[in-house]
Amino acid sequence: MTAALPKGGSAPLIPRDRTVHPVPFDPDYKTSVTRSPKYALLAMESTPTEETGPVFGHDLLGPLDSNLILNFTRGESPAVGERILVHGHVLDENARPVRNTLVEIWQANAGGRYRHIKDTYFAPLDPNFGGCGRTITDEEGRYQFLTIRPGAYPWPNRGNDWRPMHIHFSVFGSGFGQRLITQMYFEGDPLIRHCPIVATVKDRSHIDRLVAPLDFSHSKPHDFLAYKFDIVLRGRRQTFFENKPEGM
Amino acid sequence: MVQKLNTLQESPSQTAGPFVHIGTVPTYAGLEGVYATELGQSTVSDGAKGQIIEISGRIIDGAGGVMRDALFEVWQADSQGLYAGQDGADPNVTGWARVCADPEDGKWTLKTVKPGRVSMRDGRIQAPHIAIWIVARGINTGLQTRIYFNDEDNSADPVLGRIEHKHRVETLLAQKQAEGRYEFDIRLQGEGETVFFDM
Ligand SMILES: [Fe+2]
Repeated sequence: MTAALPKGGSAPLIPRDRTVHPVPFDPDYKTSVTRSPKYALLAMESTPTEETGPVFGHDLLGPLDSNLILNFTRGESPAVGERILVHGHVLDENARPVRNTLVEIWQANAGGRYRHIKDTYFAPLDPNFGGCGRTITDEEGRYQFLTIRPGAYPWPNRGNDWRPMHIHFSVFGSGFGQRLITQMYFEGDPLIRHCPIVATVKDRSHIDRLVAPLDFSHSKPHDFLAYKFDIVLRGRRQTFFENKPEGM
Repeated sequence: MVQKLNTLQESPSQTAGPFVHIGTVPTYAGLEGVYATELGQSTVSDGAKGQIIEISGRIIDGAGGVMRDALFEVWQADSQGLYAGQDGADPNVTGWARVCADPEDGKWTLKTVKPGRVSMRDGRIQAPHIAIWIVARGINTGLQTRIYFNDEDNSADPVLGRIEHKHRVETLLAQKQAEGRYEFDIRLQGEGETVFFDM
């Protein structure tokens, strides 16, 4: 049984520009040494499999899902730490907003500790902080989270490596081939230039695109500071010459 | 000087790290009840049409170690080859799920419906397959690959046809063990390295 072509939304994805991304193999990030393929990736045009993807409705979300200060205690008592709003747009490479797309984040608490069965750092857990949040972008591709600024933390790699303060982001887009996980860093953090994970991105200008500036225009007096973090996903090729038989 | 392009560049990827579960599968991390609904628990709900199958395997690193912290997402068509959201697609097939390696032995299992054949824009037909996207500590950009099935006719598949070293096609074939049961190991590096895509 064969399928009809997907309705709408099946324009080919713009091929990934791998030069903006980290190198897969980087001896300074030791775990990558055995977790990076040796063979070259097989590059080819996207198919309907990569051009379609899951859709998430706003009704899946609870009212506190994007509020990490309160969601772990279901609104009972706030997490410890510097209160911040993290906000921005999800756009595609054609500079168009990515609407109604799922954005998920996770982060350490203010002391640099994750609430995860595998995190053994001795900084204490905050009984009021879980560390996950999720939201769906609005009609203009905007999202926002209320959270606390995560602490830096040490990790086993070279003798004395520390992660800069960061928030992990997972973003969908409208096609499975647009799937992206990245990390947001904070303006002015001196640990950014020492971090071997940051340094897997080899071009400084692309690292800068992961650093969120302090944004007073969105901070609320006597309540929280704000940081702005825009995310760009792969776009779709814009052309009048699709769907032509080969050779035309 | 030339005119300015009004285009943007994709945000650089960064590793999902060892704690990816907190944000994606919080109950796995030990975070119960933060969300009312955990996303991606299954590709299907009751009543999905077609054959329900179970695929299991391990993800193995370049030193032969089984990865216990890896997570991947799957995206697949329903039994008629339609993706969720397309006209006529099976309402009981979301086609998307998250799969975690077991924290003790690294084994993963996916219960799903066997996908149908999917048309390309140019009319060529893809053999039944499940797209997968793997993230973990040490993986700097999520890895794209596909599960095909060794009991299907894959000979005309346009994607498999692009694999230059034909013996590597085997790395993408789930091996049938019994009716409805398959095994599929993923090798990130070295001998038997799985074919990974950039598409
Ligand atoms: Fe982290």
